[in-house]
Amino acid sequence: MIEANLPLLVPLTFLILALLIPLIGVRVPGAAYPLALAAVLASIPMAGFGLFRVIEGGPVTYTLGGWEAPVGIELVLDPLASFLTLVVTVVSCLVLIHARHVASVEHPDKRVPYYSLVLLLLAGFCGILSTGDLFNLYVFLEISSLAGYGLVAIGDKRSPVAAYRYLILGSVGTGFYLLGIGFIYVMSGSLNMADLARILPHILDQPPVLSGLILMVTGIGLKMALFPLHFWLPDAYSSASSATSALLAPLGTKVGAYILIRVLFFVFDPAEVEQRVPIASVIAWLSAAGVLYGSLMALAQQELKRMLAYSSVAQIGYIGLGLGMANPLGFTGAVLHILNHAFMKAALFLVAGNLRVKVGHSNIADMDQRLSRQMPWSMAALVVAALSMIGLPPTAGFFSKWYLVLGGIQGSDWVFVAVILLGGLLNAIYFFRVVERVYLPFRKGSSDHAAADGVQEVVESREVRLSMLAPTLVLAGGLLVLGLASSFLVNRVIQLMIPPGL
Amino acid sequence: MNDLSTYPSAVPLLAILVSAASVPLIGISARRPNLREFWTLLAAGAKFALVLSLLPSALVSRAAETRLFQISPGIDLTLRADPFGVFFALIASGLWILTSFYSIGYVRGLKEKHQTRYFASFALCLSATLGVAFAANLLTFVIFFEILTISTYPLVIHKQTPEAIAAGRKYLAFTLTAGVVLVAAMAATLQLTGTLEFQAGGLSALEDLSPVEVKILFGMFLAGVGVKAAIMPLHAWLPAAMAAPTPVSALLHAVAVVKSGVFGVFRVVGFVFGPETLSRYGLNEVMLWLAGSTILLASCLAFSEDNLKRRLAYSTVGHLSYVVLGAALLSPSGLIGGLLHIANHATMKIVLFFCAGAIYVNAHKEKISELDGIGRAMPWTMGAFALASLGLAGVPPVNGFVSKWYLGLGALEAGSVAVLSILLISGLLNAGYFVPIVYRAFFKQSEKFRSIGEASAWMVVPLILAAGLSALLGLMPDRFFHFFTLAQQIAAQVLEVSIP
Amino acid sequence: MEIEFIAGHNLYWIISLLLLVGLYGMLAKRNLVKKLVGMNIFQTSIILFYVAIASKKKATVPVIDAALGSVDPAHYINPLPHTLMLTAIVVSVATTGVGFALLISIFRRYGTLDEDTLLKRMR
Repeated sequence: MIEANLPLLVPLTFLILALLIPLIGVRVPGAAYPLALAAVLASIPMAGFGLFRVIEGGPVTYTLGGWEAPVGIELVLDPLASFLTLVVTVVSCLVLIHARHVASVEHPDKRVPYYSLVLLLLAGFCGILSTGDLFNLYVFLEISSLAGYGLVAIGDKRSPVAAYRYLILGSVGTGFYLLGIGFIYVMSGSLNMADLARILPHILDQPPVLSGLILMVTGIGLKMALFPLHFWLPDAYSSASSATSALLAPLGTKVGAYILIRVLFFVFDPAEVEQRVPIASVIAWLSAAGVLYGSLMALAQQELKRMLAYSSVAQIGYIGLGLGMANPLGFTGAVLHILNHAFMKAALFLVAGNLRVKVGHSNIADMDQRLSRQMPWSMAALVVAALSMIGLPPTAGFFSKWYLVLGGIQGSDWVFVAVILLGGLLNAIYFFRVVERVYLPFRKGSSDHAAADGVQEVVESREVRLSMLAPTLVLAGGLLVLGLASSFLVNRVIQLMIPPGL
Repeated sequence: MNDLSTYPSAVPLLAILVSAASVPLIGISARRPNLREFWTLLAAGAKFALVLSLLPSALVSRAAETRLFQISPGIDLTLRADPFGVFFALIASGLWILTSFYSIGYVRGLKEKHQTRYFASFALCLSATLGVAFAANLLTFVIFFEILTISTYPLVIHKQTPEAIAAGRKYLAFTLTAGVVLVAAMAATLQLTGTLEFQAGGLSALEDLSPVEVKILFGMFLAGVGVKAAIMPLHAWLPAAMAAPTPVSALLHAVAVVKSGVFGVFRVVGFVFGPETLSRYGLNEVMLWLAGSTILLASCLAFSEDNLKRRLAYSTVGHLSYVVLGAALLSPSGLIGGLLHIANHATMKIVLFFCAGAIYVNAHKEKISELDGIGRAMPWTMGAFALASLGLAGVPPVNGFVSKWYLGLGALEAGSVAVLSILLISGLLNAGYFVPIVYRAFFKQSEKFRSIGEASAWMVVPLILAAGLSALLGLMPDRFFHFFTLAQQIAAQVLEVSIP
Repeated sequence: MEIEFIAGHNLYWIISLLLLVGLYGMLAKRNLVKKLVGMNIFQTSIILFYVAIASKKKATVPVIDAALGSVDPAHYINPLPHTLMLTAIVVSVATTGVGFALLISIFRRYGTLDEDTLLKRMR
C-alpha cells in the first residue's frame, strides 16, 4: 500500500507541514521548529525506504488522481530521483537541527516564516525530484524558487536586494524553461518524460525541438548557476542568513543539476542530440571555464561565506564537466560529486554559521589563531571539509574527482583532466589561506608573535552548543565515510542510474 | 622461488593502524606528558614487532595480504607485505622507536609548544608511511602517499615562525602538485591498461601502448613520486622543510617521507613499468642523467651551506638520487645497491640529524662555522657524527660502503663508466663537505663550549645506537634484519632472474 | 516565400517582440519597479505563446457539443495549454507579489528603488 504511494509521500509531507506551520505558528510560535523538524525526520525513513524499494524492485510510479500517463501527471521514483531525495532529506535534517540556534540569533522574529519557507523549499525540491512530467516540474521549480527568494530575504540588511536580483534572474530562468517546454510540446504533443523519450527520437530533426532544448538548458543553467549564468549566486548566498545559505548552497544548485540530467540524459538522447547541436560539449567547456573562474574568484574573496559561494560556482563546474563528458564514468563522477559537494558545502556553511554566531563575523582577514583554540571542533570540521574540497584521499572529494578524471581520460578530454586537477590545486590555495589563519600565528610582525604566544594561556572555550556542533561534525565525519564507501555507492546505487543513452 | 605467494592476514593492517590508534590516546592524555609519551613508545614498539613478525614469511617469498573493501570499481584497498614492503616498513618502524626516544629528549629539552600535536602527527605519519610500504596497488599507494603529505604538514610548520610557515607553503605547493600529477598518471594507467596492481617486472599490458604514451606516462609518474624523492629540479621543498624540529627532519626528511618517494620510484620502475619497457624506450637513461646530475649538483650545493641542517638536507638530496640511480641501472647489483642504500642512508642520516639536534638543544648552534671545538664538549655525539659522515662518504666498514660497492658493481654490470665516475666523485665531495665539520669539532680550539656537556641520555643513547647499527650493518649486512637477502629477493623479482 | 513566412507567423513575431521587451526591461532598466514590469511582460509573452499554439481555425471551446455531431478533436481547441497557463498565471502573480514585498522592504531600508542610488547606499 505504502509502496505505491512512495513518490508522493515526501513532497506531500513537506507541503502539508509547510502550510500547517503558519496556521499553528500564529498562535504558538514555538511549535514551528518542532513541526519542521518532525517533517524532516519523518521524511528520512520514507526517502530511505523509497531508495531501498527502488533498488530492489525497480522504479515506482504514482499517477496523480488516477489519470494514467501520458494524459495525467505521474510521479516516478527511479534510482536517481530516490537517491537525491535521500540526500536532500538527510542534509536538510542536519542543517535544520543546526539552524535552530542560528535562526534564534540571526532573525528571532522571523522563525515561523523561516521554517514554513524551508519546508516549502524542500517540498519544491522533492517534487522536482520525483515528478515525471515536464510542466509539473516547472511548477515545483517555481515553488522552490519562490520559497528560495523568501528565504534569501531573511538575512542581513542587504538581503532583500540580493533576493530581488535572485528573483528577477530566477524568473528569467524559469521563463526560458517554460518557453522551452512549449516548443517541445508543440512538436510532440506530450509533456510526460517517459512518453517524450519515446517520441523525441522521431522528431529530433525539427528545429523547434532543438531550440526548445536549448531554451530549457539555458533556463536550467541559470537555476543551477552554471558559468556564465552564475552571477546571482554570490550575493544571494552571502547575504542570506547562515541558516539559509547552509540549506540553499548544498541543495539548491544540485536540484538544478538534477533537472539538467533529467532533461539531457533521460528525456533526450545525448548522443543523438550531440550530432545536431553540441549541447553537452558546450556545457562541458563552460563548466571548465566555471571551475577556473569560480576558484580564482574564491581566491580573491575576503569573507568566508562569499568565498564559499564562489567555490560553489566552481563545484557546479565540476558537476557540469562530468555531465558534459557524456560518458558513464563522467556521469558517475558528477552524481557522486552532487552528493559529496552537498555534504562538503553544508559542513563549510555550518562552520561559517558557527563563526557568525560565536565570533560575530566570518571575515577571513579578521580570523586568527585564537579560533583554533576557542572552537577546536568547528575548526577541525573546517579542515576535513577543506581537504575534501581539495580532493585529498581518503575524503569523499577525492573519489568524485577520481571518477571525473577517469571520465575525462576515457573521452580523451585532456583539457578537462587538466582543469579538474588544476581546480583542486586552486582549492588548496584558497582553503589553506583560511586554515593557515586559523591555526598559525598571524604574520604581521614579531610583536604579534608575542601576542600569539600569550594567547595560549588565556583562551576560554567558545565552542558552539551541541545542537550546532553535532550536525557540523556529522557532516564532516560523513565525508570520510562517504569517501570510503564511495565504491559501494557507485556499484550499488549509481550504476543503476546511468541513463541508457550513455 | 621468485614467485610471490600470498596468504590472508590482518597483520599488515594492524601494523598500519597501531600508530593511528595511538593518536586519540595521545590526544586525551595531552595534560599528562609521561602517559602521552608512553603511548607513543608503546605504539612504536608494537609497530616494529608487528612488522618484524612479517619478516620470516617475506624471506621465503610469502606475503601477508589484507584485502579490505573495494574503493573503486575493480580495485580493492589492498595491503600486501611483499619483501620490498617489509624492507621499507622495517626501516621506517625500527627507526621510529629511536626517534621517539630522541623526540622526547628533544622537545622537553627545548620546551617546545604543541607537543601533543607533534606526537600525534608523528604517529599519523608513520601509519601513512607503512601504508605506502604495504600498498599492493597504485590507488592504495596514492591514498597513503597523500595522507603522508597532509600529516607531515603540521610537523613542518611546527615552530610557527614565518620561516616555518613559508616552508610549509612551499612543501604543500610541491607535494600537492605532485600528488595531482600522480593521480592523473594513475587514472591514465587504469584507462590504458585496465589494472593498477603492482606487478614485479612491470605491467604486461603496457606493451600494447604506443611509445609516446609510455614516455608521457613515465614522465608523469616520475614527476609525481620524484618530488618526495627530491630529484632535481623538484627538490627545493626539502632544504626549506628543514625549518621543522630536528627529530622531524631526522625521521621524516631522511627516512619516512623522502624514502617514500624513492620507494615510489622503485615501485614505478620495478613494479609498474618494469626493466624491459624502460630499457626499450631508453627511459632509464633519462633517470640516470637526472639522478647523476642531482648527485653532483646537490653535493656541490651542500658545500655552500653554512647551516648544518641545510647541509644535511642537500646531502640527503644527493643520497636519495643514489637510490634512484640504483633503480635506473636495471642490473642486479645496481638494484641491490640502491635498495641497500635506502636502509643504509637512513641509519646514517638519522645519526647526523640526531647530532645536529643534540647540538642545537645543548649549545643552540645551527651554523657549522660556530662549531669549533664542540667535539670536546660532546665527544659521544660528535664521535657518532664522524662515524656516520665517513659512512656517507663510503669509507668502510660503515654500511655506506656496502651500498656504494654494489652500486659500483651495478654500474660495471651496466657497462657505464660515467656512473662509476659519478659515484667516485660524489664520494670525494661527500668527504669534502663532511670532514671539515669533524675537523672543526675536534681539532679547532674554542672556549665557547667549556660549560657544556653531553645532551641528555634520551638523545645520546638513540644516537649512539643508530651509529652502532650503521657500523654493524656495514660489517654484517645480512646479520640483523636480513636486509641483504630481502634486497636480493626484490632484485630477483623485478628482473625476473634468479640471483645466487 | 520569405514574406509569406513572416506574414504567416505574425502572431509569433509579436510574441517574440514582447519577450524581448520584457527581457530588456528586466535586465537593462535601472528602476527596480520597471524590472518587475518587464518581468510581467516577459511572462505574459510566454503565456500568449501557449495560448497561441492551442488555437485552431474553425474550432470551438473543448466542451463536447451535440450540435457538432461526432467527437472529432479537429472541432475543438486543445484545452491543455490553457490549463497549463492557468497555473503559470498563478505562478506569475505569486512571483510579482513576492517581488513587490521585496521592493517594499528594500524601500524601507534604503529609501530608494533606483539601482544606482541603491548601490551607492549599500556601501
